[in-house]
Amino acid sequence: MMTERRIDRLRSSGLLWPLLALIALLVANAVVRPSFLSLRMQDGHLYGSLIDILKNGAPTLLIALGMCLVIATRGIDLSVGAVVAISGAVTCTYIAGAPDPASAQTALIGMGIALLLCVVLGVWNGFLVAVLGIQPIIATLVLMTAGRGIAMLITDGQIITVNNTAYRTVGAGFLILPVSILIALAVLIGVALITRRTALGLLIESVGVNPEASRLTGIHARTIRWTVYVFAGLCAGVAGLMISSNVSAADANNAGLWIEMDAILAVVIGGTSLAGGRYSLTGTLIGALTIQTLTTTVYSMGIAPEITLVFKAVVVVTVCLLQAPKFRALLTRGSRGSRGPRDTPTAPLAPPASSPPPEPIHRDSVGATAAVPSRKAVQS
Amino acid sequence: MTAAPISLRQRTAQLAHVTGRTVPARILPTLATFILFLVLFGAGSARFEGFASGQVVANLFIDNAFLIVLAVGMTFVILTGGIDLSVGAVVALSTMVTAALLQAGWSAPVVVLLVLAMGSTFGLLMGLVIHYFEIQPFIVTLAGMFLARGLCFVVGVESVPIKDPSFRDLATAAIPLPGGVSITWSVIMALVVVAVGAWVLHRTRFGRTAYAIGGSESSAMLMGLSVAKVKVGVYVVSGLCSAIAGLLFSLYMLSGYGLHAVGMELDAIAAVVIGGTLLAGGVGYVAGSVLGVMVLGVIQTLISFQGTLSSWWTKIAIGTLLLMFIVMQRIIVRRQP
Repeated sequence: MMTERRIDRLRSSGLLWPLLALIALLVANAVVRPSFLSLRMQDGHLYGSLIDILKNGAPTLLIALGMCLVIATRGIDLSVGAVVAISGAVTCTYIAGAPDPASAQTALIGMGIALLLCVVLGVWNGFLVAVLGIQPIIATLVLMTAGRGIAMLITDGQIITVNNTAYRTVGAGFLILPVSILIALAVLIGVALITRRTALGLLIESVGVNPEASRLTGIHARTIRWTVYVFAGLCAGVAGLMISSNVSAADANNAGLWIEMDAILAVVIGGTSLAGGRYSLTGTLIGALTIQTLTTTVYSMGIAPEITLVFKAVVVVTVCLLQAPKFRALLTRGSRGSRGPRDTPTAPLAPPASSPPPEPIHRDSVGATAAVPSRKAVQS
Repeated sequence: MTAAPISLRQRTAQLAHVTGRTVPARILPTLATFILFLVLFGAGSARFEGFASGQVVANLFIDNAFLIVLAVGMTFVILTGGIDLSVGAVVALSTMVTAALLQAGWSAPVVVLLVLAMGSTFGLLMGLVIHYFEIQPFIVTLAGMFLARGLCFVVGVESVPIKDPSFRDLATAAIPLPGGVSITWSVIMALVVVAVGAWVLHRTRFGRTAYAIGGSESSAMLMGLSVAKVKVGVYVVSGLCSAIAGLLFSLYMLSGYGLHAVGMELDAIAAVVIGGTLLAGGVGYVAGSVLGVMVLGVIQTLISFQGTLSSWWTKIAIGTLLLMFIVMQRIIVRRQP
């Protein structure tokens, strides 16, 4: 059967559970609030809860795309949240200080400077990781710590508000759909084409499996690792523009706070292993949407927004456990389906009724064992 | 950047010249931190009147007692090659639970014991998941961070003041030291934690095993060391330290709030790294981490004495220091076979 084959393919790609979780969340919302799924046209703009989810999820999705490639090389970029703050701070400070603060040209130059700076910050991260060989967590921790300080320095500790229609388009504009969604989707499609229609994706994955071995086979491992950090910086920069333009202000303290965690979460939920070596862009898309839907659900159910964190924690633990080879083995061995990891609000994620297919387990364990010796190899 | 290896080598050479033998590379970062502390403190004393007083030093301890305790716990975790991102959130949760229970009329000793048990259990659960399901510490403790922060807000969204008399007395009591200097009980507690931490790490089987795991987990396993127990144990230690730090922080702030200690895990990690603990695991000292906290504290004091510099310079300075020490670590690791 056609559909069965499709489901099998979904399963083997590890996207089945994330997708089911997303659908379950959407269905739960639709049941609680029937108006949830309705879309309406007004003044040539599309409105509705689903559009809101997409619009609010666009920055997370963008950052998650950059993070996905970084994680595929067995790295991580903690500094994206700080880069988000810097990007917004630079643009708003430039626009507010320009002689003509309302013109489109000013906005473009401001955004150009901001993105250039973000590329430089990405180059910096990449230099620490790829050239000096510092552990990615720590290398990017430097910018994570100092970055918000830099953003505060740029804005002089103030929240800078601007009034520029051209700038507002990036985060709050509409082209039937919100512009931010279109940008995020364009980047997604672009990345998918570049990495999946050429050998680049494969090269990135090979660097993630074993940087030293891929270097010896003639892959420019250093350049590739460097490039993914630059790309992550750029994505964070664009996301920063969206976030700051949406509110027409730069808040160095709170813009993009914890967004690196959301982005990592999106990537992990999407089935990309933190051990590197393989990645899924579709999964990242699903992951980002799941997180945003979860947040929106919590809001719309009248639960205090801060408590979202508890739900996120439950989702991370569940998804990570489901992806862990050891846990899967336990589930397969143990009583089938009767004991899930935990009773969670995202029930479909929790107890897999049937045993997962053997193929991903195999791939996971290969990735995990390969990770141990080569990490030491990189260190020494 | 390129000057770092030269200056380091020069410094090693100078030290070798002074002491007559080469300083072992593993204590070099800690030594560098100590020199840095002296230099910063000396600069402050030369620049500002009243900087070189006993009370300023005492205040370094008073204002950073909780961070010292956190750094001790974090040292254990990082020595085994792990990381614990949840500590800041557990501090916040501890302050929140303490404040809420005290407000509900529970007696202070019961609350303290309960909070300590809660922190340890939290660490235990994370440790078990990390070890037995082989999930990266980074992601597990990240989930722990989300969970603990979220739970804070489940307890209450608003800041809860602590009005318990015994807590207030403990928080405000000053212990006079010779020379007109006074410290608080928090400092004593933090120093006790440091002493116990140093003893466990350097003098017990648990501590030696932690070093061995950081050096090479598979070798430690083959040597028949109880890897599982210690690997889970360090997260229990970290959880317990976070709970103690949380209690100290509630003494410091006299309130419980879900937004307390945001980003404190970064300060703790930075202090440990600046203190000379190798992030790959296996090398480091509790004393180094305490020095790391002191360096962060001196920077803050310098900036507050300066008056015109804004507080965000602290972040930039910490980031820069972090960078310098990481680069130094890389060079040391690279030079060793």
